[in-house]
Amino acid sequence: MGPVFDEVSAYLGRRSRWSPVEVAFWVFLFATIWLFPGKYLIMKDTAILALFALSLDLILGYAGIISLGQAAFFGVAGYFSGLVAKHGFINEPVLALFCSGLVAAALGFVTSFLVLRGSDLTRLMVTLGVSLILGEIANRFSNLTGGADGLQGVDIAPVLGLFRFDMYGHTGYIYCLIVLFICFVVARRVVYSPFGLSLRALKGNTLRASAIGIPVKRRLVGIYTFSAGIAGIAGGLLTQTTAFCSLDVFSFDRSADLLLVLIIGGSGYLYGGLIGAVTYKFLQDWISTLTPQYWQFWIGFVLVVIVLVGREQVEEWTAAVRAWIVGLGGRFIARPATSA
Amino acid sequence: MLTILFDGIAYGMLLFVLACGLSVTLGLMNFINLAHGAFAMAGGYCSVILVNRLGVPFVLGLPIAFLVTAVIGGFLERTLYIHVYRRSHLDQVLFTIGLVFMSVAATDYVMGSSQQFVQIPEALQGQFIVFGIGMSKYRLLIILICGLLTIGLQLTVAKTRFGSRLRAAVDDQRVARGLGINVGAVFAVTFAFGSGLAGLGGALGAEILGLDPTFPLKYMIYFLIVVTVGGTTSITGPFLASILLGIADVAGKYYVPTLGAFVIYTIMIVVLIWRPQGLFARSAAR
Repeated sequence: MGPVFDEVSAYLGRRSRWSPVEVAFWVFLFATIWLFPGKYLIMKDTAILALFALSLDLILGYAGIISLGQAAFFGVAGYFSGLVAKHGFINEPVLALFCSGLVAAALGFVTSFLVLRGSDLTRLMVTLGVSLILGEIANRFSNLTGGADGLQGVDIAPVLGLFRFDMYGHTGYIYCLIVLFICFVVARRVVYSPFGLSLRALKGNTLRASAIGIPVKRRLVGIYTFSAGIAGIAGGLLTQTTAFCSLDVFSFDRSADLLLVLIIGGSGYLYGGLIGAVTYKFLQDWISTLTPQYWQFWIGFVLVVIVLVGREQVEEWTAAVRAWIVGLGGRFIARPATSA
Repeated sequence: MLTILFDGIAYGMLLFVLACGLSVTLGLMNFINLAHGAFAMAGGYCSVILVNRLGVPFVLGLPIAFLVTAVIGGFLERTLYIHVYRRSHLDQVLFTIGLVFMSVAATDYVMGSSQQFVQIPEALQGQFIVFGIGMSKYRLLIILICGLLTIGLQLTVAKTRFGSRLRAAVDDQRVARGLGINVGAVFAVTFAFGSGLAGLGGALGAEILGLDPTFPLKYMIYFLIVVTVGGTTSITGPFLASILLGIADVAGKYYVPTLGAFVIYTIMIVVLIWRPQGLFARSAAR
């Protein structure tokens, strides 16, 4: 056990070290608070989308579970955080956000036993079915959720009792960014732990992974629950920063768009969701100014083209862009280092 | 009570015609086609244009809708789908979701977003009263057409040479290829035929299901339920599953309207937990 153990921990230690590029990436993200003061609302949406995409990446990219129902967790937590704020159960947003993540994780834990059986098709069906059922429930209990009109009259208290959400999304954006960063660090820690390593093994070959003694089912349940929690936090963020929640949070489009985000950014590495979210938002913004009503056509078109060209190919192209950004980031970080 | 049963059967028959193409493509090529509903929608809009704008008789509109959708399906299969068969399920899902989005937006652009109705001839409106049960003439027609189609399909699959090739290809693609069966051609024909059936179903069902650009998204889950519950290895499995689903949905909406679509989703999840391979799947099937 000794030498292998040391080797594994040395390997994971090497992998989990923060590279200068990563540092630069996050420095830049936080710098956007001062760089683009007029764009808070769209940047806030992007941060939420990035967090949501991160949750899907954890199960799709690291554990190989195809899901069309990630919106279930997003929506449940969204309604939960809206309801607790509206009825004044938990007034403090950070605590409420944490609780909504826990609720979503609990739901993920329960549904994971449904998801982890059967083939890809069964998984697609069950994940989709769960989010549709929840959407239907939210629609039916309209006295509680507001039904098709959405949950109105949500009043979100100031963050930590100090920072009130403003109309321009200034507080909202900073809040989202900090939550995104914390979740990212936690996810990074999970992925580079022995647990994360075993996930990669069972994604590669489930049968062999179980043969070398990895408890496949328990690992999948674990990551699915964790991912549901992250998705829940993303959903809670959306409700808190908009002070509104509608049935739209459960929609199929939301889960489908999320897949696109992850494909654009590349799955199986944590920055994929973040880069994908930024690219997707730019794309959506650009297309919807060209054709406000029919932008969905072009989103579909992009999906079809990506698949026909081949995802690996697309990842190669974006890899060039990524390398360029990495180079840029490297210089950016190198300069202050030499001057200091 | 019996009226509900009757309506449920009509609805189920319709679902079967809509979904059986999907079950064959899924079973044959292990291909997840979420865009199947788009073909149904194409058939529906085709009959709307033919009957309402060009004044073609309704009864003639149906076979034309079938043909048009079959041609579209065959064309897309040869040009686009053929590249995606060997890809992972994730790619297939992405690809077909993309097609759904495109079809929804394109239909919206061409036909407008409002709901469309096909003008049904006078002779088919109203209902018969048999033993005190009200049976709408139109639903009777649906049951008749779909029943004949089902028998036809079952005979084709069970008795003809093409049917045996198809079954061989479904059971074991590699061996079928080895025996000299042109699996690609078999698949293309089946795909086109399945799309055509979906188009016919869409044209027939425009009256009952409603027809608007979001049709492929709204009914995708229904088709998938039929296929997963019924299994993909036979005609009878999806058939029984659709009848069951049709009756459960109509009865659920009638008796417990507050729960709405909740009933069928619950049934689906229960069935999938109980028998992940489908309710009527052969246990020996791989």
